[in-house]
Amino acid sequence: MASKNDTIGKTFTVVILLCLVCSIIVAGSAVGLKERQEANAALAKQANILTTAGISFAGRGAEAVFADRVNVFTYNRETGEITRYDSMIAMESAMADIRSQSVASDEDVAGVRSIRPELPVFEIRDENGDVQTYVLDVRGAGLWGMMYAFLAIESDGQTIRGLNFYEHAETPGLGGEIQNPRWAGRFEGKKAVTENGDVAIRVTKGANPEQNEVDALSGATITSNGVDRTFQFWLSGNAYGSFLTKLREEGAI
Amino acid sequence: MASTKEMKSVLFGPIFANNPIALQILGVCSALAVTSKLENTLVMCIALTFVLVLSNVSISIIRNHIPSSVRIIVQMTIIASLVIVVDQLLKAFAYDIAQELSVFVGLIITNCIVMGRAEAFAMKEKPGMALLDGLGNGLGYSVVLLTVAFFRELFGSGSLFGYQILPLITEGGWYTPVGLLVLPPSAFFIIGGFIWVLRTFRPEQVEAKE
Repeated sequence: MASKNDTIGKTFTVVILLCLVCSIIVAGSAVGLKERQEANAALAKQANILTTAGISFAGRGAEAVFADRVNVFTYNRETGEITRYDSMIAMESAMADIRSQSVASDEDVAGVRSIRPELPVFEIRDENGDVQTYVLDVRGAGLWGMMYAFLAIESDGQTIRGLNFYEHAETPGLGGEIQNPRWAGRFEGKKAVTENGDVAIRVTKGANPEQNEVDALSGATITSNGVDRTFQFWLSGNAYGSFLTKLREEGAI
Repeated sequence: MASTKEMKSVLFGPIFANNPIALQILGVCSALAVTSKLENTLVMCIALTFVLVLSNVSISIIRNHIPSSVRIIVQMTIIASLVIVVDQLLKAFAYDIAQELSVFVGLIITNCIVMGRAEAFAMKEKPGMALLDGLGNGLGYSVVLLTVAFFRELFGSGSLFGYQILPLITEGGWYTPVGLLVLPPSAFFIIGGFIWVLRTFRPEQVEAKE
């Protein structure tokens, strides 16, 4: 039996058949469960946005609170145009049709590679309908991969309300601590940008908390630099910079 | 057909008599990583048992056709496919837990228990026995992991399955949590304790002095 199985023909037949069967099973489960997974991911994203803005959704569920309190729009970083959408899902499907533009390598400090002209903004309102916070969707290269975060900026266009890294692949316990609310909480109340629109927030070693600086994570220099560069890029004129200027000059939109 | 006695020993043997973690010291990595909360641990145990049973059965079904030159790759392919399916299922039905378990579900692929049972048992035995063997080893793994998680969650966070049992001092109670138990290395101590207790009752598991 063993010798019959070990012929080249049999080996190839078994391997190819096995690969076919396995790929059908894997592809089938991935495609079949995609809808559910996306719904879960969307719900988790909404929950993350609310958490970043410091809004509790206990008891009511993130979906209901999100629909109630959050307006979704995109900001065109070149023309300053604002396009409003009914829901996050509508915005995401519209965004999927917009082509990303590659970022010139000398400007791409955060390693984002490409960016759409339209940038998503989640506008959080309080119970009276007044704008409280704008949540921005940012990302930057860490040590192992892209780090995705929501950054909540108050309607003055300067003060950071919250920072939440919702997806990353940094080392648990070292770079992974960017997710730790205790560390992320240090950004609260800091100025993201100066009056002139220069990026003010920094992540450095031996930071001075009085000066919009947050202490880097120990044992995670590359991750901390990545967070720092994420701010440098996304708060600059290349991304959300002009939106924040607009907020500072014209107040809440 | 195998005798009932033999089937029983295949199914229940791995729980205490031949436990994959306590006696063979296999698959310890995930025992450290996912045992800080009982809920996550339970999901991990179910996931591993699912993969183990199905990989054992499918490898056993095709065991007479697997060319020996590529047998490890064939086993890995089957195990990896099953793990991906489990990962997809978790993302669809238990999203929060899937996020917390993150990479450790994927690491079932490299769990020595799964590979070990495929190579040592499923390659030789009939599918029915392979099923029992997978189930038994999954249970053996689960017993150790759940024990570890029980102690880690109860004394590390004062709760069980997320329900507060011991009121924490930080929330106005009297219990000061043992910080060490929240950290992965504590699992080593508990597994060590588990093995100690097990071998006290079953002295035949103690290795002879060299």
